[in-house]
Amino acid sequence: MGEAEKAVIDVRNLQVEFPGRRATVTPLSDISLSIRAGEILGVVGESGAGKSMTGLAIQGLLERPGRISGGEIWLGNRRIDTLDDRAMEQIRGREIGAIFQDPLTSLNPLFTVGSQLTETIRLHLSMGKVEARARAVQLLRDVGIPAPEERVDHYPHQFSGGMRQRVVIALALSASPKLIIADEPTTALDVSIQAQIISLLRRLCKEKQTAVMLVTHDMGVIAEAADRVAVMYAGRLIEIGPVEQVLHAPRHPYTQGLMASIPSLGARVEKLNQIDGSMPRLDAIPAGCAFNPRCVSVGPRCLRERPELIAVGDGANACWLNAGGTA
Amino acid sequence: MTVSAQKKPALTVNGLVKTFDVSAPWLNRVIERKPRQFVQAVNDIAFTVPAGGCLSIVGESGCGKSTVARLVTGLHKASAGEIRFAPGRAGAPLSAQMIFQDPYASLNPRWRVKNIIAEPLRELKLRDTAAEVIERVEELLLTVGLSASDGEKFPHEFSGGQRQRISIARALASEPEFLVCDEPTSALDVSVQAQVLNLMRRLQDELGLTYLFISHDMSVVRHMSDRIAVMYLGRIVEEGDTEELFARPRHPYTQLLLQTIPNITSPRRDRELAAGEVPSPLKPPSGCTFHPRCPIATARCSAEVPAVRTLANGTRVACHLAIDEPASA
Ligand SMILES: Nc1ncnc2c1ncn2[C@@H]1O[C@H](COP(=O)(O)OP(=O)(O)OP(=O)(O)O)[C@@H](O)[C@H]1O
Ligand SMILES: Nc1ncnc2c1ncn2[C@@H]1O[C@H](COP(=O)(O)OP(=O)(O)O)[C@@H](O)[C@H]1O
Ligand code: SF4
Ligand code: SF4
Ligand SMILES: [Mg+2]
Ligand SMILES: [Mg+2]
Repeated sequence: MGEAEKAVIDVRNLQVEFPGRRATVTPLSDISLSIRAGEILGVVGESGAGKSMTGLAIQGLLERPGRISGGEIWLGNRRIDTLDDRAMEQIRGREIGAIFQDPLTSLNPLFTVGSQLTETIRLHLSMGKVEARARAVQLLRDVGIPAPEERVDHYPHQFSGGMRQRVVIALALSASPKLIIADEPTTALDVSIQAQIISLLRRLCKEKQTAVMLVTHDMGVIAEAADRVAVMYAGRLIEIGPVEQVLHAPRHPYTQGLMASIPSLGARVEKLNQIDGSMPRLDAIPAGCAFNPRCVSVGPRCLRERPELIAVGDGANACWLNAGGTA
Repeated sequence: MTVSAQKKPALTVNGLVKTFDVSAPWLNRVIERKPRQFVQAVNDIAFTVPAGGCLSIVGESGCGKSTVARLVTGLHKASAGEIRFAPGRAGAPLSAQMIFQDPYASLNPRWRVKNIIAEPLRELKLRDTAAEVIERVEELLLTVGLSASDGEKFPHEFSGGQRQRISIARALASEPEFLVCDEPTSALDVSVQAQVLNLMRRLQDELGLTYLFISHDMSVVRHMSDRIAVMYLGRIVEEGDTEELFARPRHPYTQLLLQTIPNITSPRRDRELAAGEVPSPLKPPSGCTFHPRCPIATARCSAEVPAVRTLANGTRVACHLAIDEPASA
């Protein structure tokens, strides 16, 4: 890919395994994706599909005994999956910012928002106290907190849920990272607040030319925020492409079923389209295509051979139907 | 008039109030000189649910939806007001059962599924012999799309969607005619949500159930309900026919809600929103509690609580400025 040079993050054939006493499970297999500066990649999939795990692997935050057992992760021109814990600690916060679902886990209730911001800023950027505080105020202003000069001295509990999530975003931005990984950043928020946070993320991503990986299971959020979308199923990437294509002309049968199962705001139908069955557990993934027990288009080849991710148009998907042959 | 509005109500609620005492412990109050504190979780609300239909309650977190559900099913005692069920098939008032949001927490992890479902049958002595209980449990499992052999398993052996099916089977065990569903699919993935919503619609048709449905997801609500009540800080601000409410929302809060839902078919990617923050229920704003966020508020709005008015199309709305003709939005 010619665009690969411009990629802020480039994940190539990533594999993660968790060795267990009875067997080793592989929550992630063959994940390849890249995100450019100023681009939001949405990552969707059912719970357990591997969305969060992908974000954690990139940040070097896999819980033990989990480990990266294959592939490469490049941050700009630097390979980071081989770095040790100390080097990764330097990268987190400085070059990769994180936003999690629950703002309270990222904020310390005992310190003012300002002191947490200035501490993070000074940890990563060589700045004096006064300068760091001015930057903290500016960051709060950037994320749309009114009266930031006063708010900077308030404690987290004095903010509402939506404002706390803004503070977490300010914290993630404090060292001007190249990449932000946002894992379900709006799931704990009310719809009216959620819309504000999405538009904020989008504006900041474009203004600051940050690459954003936005993990969510909410297709509405994806539709309004993402430039491209990656769909995960049972630990693999099964479709990736521009947001309009993946949401409105999906090519993989799973994405097609998923999109059709969402109740519409526009019109009412008698019965929702449903994908029967459920996603397999990691220790019971079927041979061939992992989606084959639930797929309406399954053919004999799907039961034997696993389809690879193949580029089709400006996207890619892993399905024999789209590989030029028959399923 | 819509079909649903002509049907006889299965449930009538009037002047319903629930106040929670959230004061600090007595000693702290005395030492710190704090007054007692109360939350008006539900503040003078009225609605009816048409028999065989579905009324949904929507609103943001903390607005009082679950409290209404718990009042209706008798899990909370009302501070004031009336909750009246119409007589059911047997002549006695309809009995209501509840389905909860979290299919993980609401099933006893140490019981086999067959015993979870059989509990209400045994408790209420709805079947005479053990064999009849087993037969009924198997029938219920099949009704919700599980197999009879699933009764031998434990809850942890099932996925979220399957667990919600088990909760539904248990709720159906006592043959209720009225189900209160508090965010039954909020913990589920969209593809699984479709399975559960389809099941609920099928059961409604087959068993003639009436639903009080609670959700914060407007697209789910649109799919399920005949009528919708929108709550804001303990009050119903608008209640009307589903299609009317989506086509012509009258209350500024309903309009805000509909504007802010992320929309897949027509995404608004470059909007910049200033929709304000949800105020604390401990210190609700004066007058119309929505006035600090309302784009059209006037001086009257912060002084006077708007009364509920019924418009020509049957929509009920609590806003000083809502007009009785198609809005030009
Ligand atoms: N047992 C209780 N004691 C004290 N306050 C309560 C209690 N239950 C609810 N409340 C308060 O009543 C208000 C309404 O709560 P409720 O649970 O009905 O909200 P909800 O609309 O169901 O919200 P969500 O969408 O988050 O489930 C809230 O302010 C809540 O904090
Ligand atoms: N510590 C762990 N050990 C073993 N497997 C795990 C661990 N954490 C998560 N998994 C498994 O990895 C898979 C992906 O999980 P996750 O990335 O959290 O999913 P998602 O974020 O898409 O819901 C799941 O099957 C999950 O059960
Ligand atoms: S490879 Fe076969 S089973 Fe898998 S999604 Fe495509 S058609 Fe369905
Ligand atoms: S009463 Fe006033 S503040 Fe309340 S919704 Fe109507 S216009 Fe807005
Ligand atoms: Mg996750
Ligand atoms: Mg609730």
